[in-house]
Amino acid sequence: MSEWTLFEVFIRSKHGLNHKHVGSVHAADAEMAIENARDLYTRRNEGVSIWVVPSAAITATASDEKEPLFDPAEDKVYRHASFYELPDEVGHM
Amino acid sequence: MYAQQVETGVKAVKSLAEMGPEERAFQEKIDAEIKIEAKNWMPDNYRKTLIRQISQHAHSEIVGMLPEGNWVTRAPTLKRKLQLMAKIQDEAGHGLYLYSAMETLGADRDEEIEKLHSGRAKYSSIFNYPTLNWADMGAVGWLVDGAAIVNQVVLQRTSYGPYSRAMIRICKEESFHQRQGYEILLHMMRHGTQAQKDMVQDAINRLWWPSLMMFGPSDAESPNSAQSMAWKIKRHTNDELRQRFIDQTVPQLEILGCTAPDPDLKWNEERGHYDFGEIQWEEFYEVLKGNGPCNRERLETRRNAIQDGAWVREAAVAHANKKQKQQAAA
Amino acid sequence: MTQYDELTEFLLRLGDSALIQAQRLCEWTGRAPAIEEEMGMMNVGLDLVGQARNWYEYAAERINDGTDADVLAFRRDERAFRNLLLVEQPNGDFAVTMTKQFFYDAWQFHLLTILKDAKDERISAIATKSLKEVIYHLRRSSQWVERLGDGTDESHQRMEKAIDAVWRFTVELVEKNAAEMALAESGDIPSLAELPEQWLATVNKVFAKATLTVPDAPSTFYLSARTGMHTEYLGILLAEMQFLQRAYPDASW
Repeated sequence: MSEWTLFEVFIRSKHGLNHKHVGSVHAADAEMAIENARDLYTRRNEGVSIWVVPSAAITATASDEKEPLFDPAEDKVYRHASFYELPDEVGHM
Repeated sequence: MYAQQVETGVKAVKSLAEMGPEERAFQEKIDAEIKIEAKNWMPDNYRKTLIRQISQHAHSEIVGMLPEGNWVTRAPTLKRKLQLMAKIQDEAGHGLYLYSAMETLGADRDEEIEKLHSGRAKYSSIFNYPTLNWADMGAVGWLVDGAAIVNQVVLQRTSYGPYSRAMIRICKEESFHQRQGYEILLHMMRHGTQAQKDMVQDAINRLWWPSLMMFGPSDAESPNSAQSMAWKIKRHTNDELRQRFIDQTVPQLEILGCTAPDPDLKWNEERGHYDFGEIQWEEFYEVLKGNGPCNRERLETRRNAIQDGAWVREAAVAHANKKQKQQAAA
Repeated sequence: MTQYDELTEFLLRLGDSALIQAQRLCEWTGRAPAIEEEMGMMNVGLDLVGQARNWYEYAAERINDGTDADVLAFRRDERAFRNLLLVEQPNGDFAVTMTKQFFYDAWQFHLLTILKDAKDERISAIATKSLKEVIYHLRRSSQWVERLGDGTDESHQRMEKAIDAVWRFTVELVEKNAAEMALAESGDIPSLAELPEQWLATVNKVFAKATLTVPDAPSTFYLSARTGMHTEYLGILLAEMQFLQRAYPDASW
């Protein structure tokens, strides 16, 4: 049994970017998790913002759900700009 | 190589035809270089082998702090002190990255560390050798980290996603370690006194062979290699990596103006590689078994650290619980 | 035992304190209560060695006899060291280590906050840079004091023992010192008159959260790092830290 809680760590590397998952830390509470994440994952100026979430609080898709969850999006090409053909004279849109 | 001997629990590598549909789909993904992620189906032995390999690797990083800790309080200048502190800190960090990757497989870090402390899990044999003069800090960086990097660079392409990503991060950060070590030695050889030059040669004499042993037993003695390679959690054989390391290290040794304690070491024009002498495998297995010069001290230090710190970790949890209750009541 | 001018002595006090505190943190390598703490302690240690180097470089320029930061760190005897007595005390258990760290961090925090407004640009620049680091150090050690003080019965008892062990050395953190008052009067540094109250206020605040009692004002005599009157621990620490520079005086590292 782990003595401390496992937290997943998300770092925003630059202003304007999304937080990105980088790994995990152990900590007694969220405050400590932030500090441990800072000491571990931003030693070389890698971050401007940190999120920590108890790993147990994360719900993930299971691998066998891949088809029902993501495949339906494959044929919805009309969601992508390149689906719409416009004459060259319209220029960049 | 930080994981020298990883049991796979598999006697013979199965062909695709012998596999059930799930395992076949898994193996086909690996063959197609598609990364396996935590939630994907995987054979039980793949999971167990990875846990063993990654934890060995992580334990090695943590135990590896100790030989350097032996000199960090005696570093000769402020610059060298800062460099060594940063390097030791990276090692703790790399241990944590690896434990983090291992935990995605459902393993528990505290339990795996307990296996290390009770002697049921291994770590790299190299850290059971003492560091006896300051040049050892250079030789550890150059030879030991150098050997580790040869292995880690190929592990960046390992089949398990979290492990591969941890390796990429580690390789990026470790690039300074080897250079730092080599620069310590080069400075002593080029600008040092005779006493300092003697320290360098002495360090190389002691650490040369143990560094070559880091790659693990020769291929003929590695029954688990075939399965690990089929799973792509290992991408080259021990002997291939050892040869690669020697080939890249000998020219650096010559630039230092030092020699290796191996009379058989010489360039083989025909093979396009350096030939080298027979490794004392008996020593390797003895050290791995726990009979190396520092095995006892290393494990005892780690055990004490965790035992002596138990009250601290408990207090942190107790305090967190109190605060949570207060917040709930408010 | 050389006495330099008052400002140089003051710089050495800052540099020596940072270096000796960092040296004690280095002793924890591979022995911390959690691997995460190895990272944390080493981060603080790295900051402090960097700070020491900055103070030493300025001191060396002022001394101007060919000395440099490494000579100041590795070639002076204990009588010449000006570090706080607090930081040379042995690490003890994690409670003693964190108590020392917290007292020192709180002192650094308030001192550097004052010094960042120094007219002397070098002092102001080093203080400004160091302060960014020390804000984090203080937050971290305050939280540990709170956790351990208000954790389990055992951790609370250990904290009480730790405070009892090192409290007397905090006399140096709260004394009003003639040399520093003179430096302030001549305008070399801003006035440190508020420092004792500020330091004590921080200790009071954190100890209250930590359910710990602040002891009565410490008293001590004879010991004073300002005149090189150290405890016996510093000499042993220096023997280890300075070994290579002393054993191989002609060497280049």
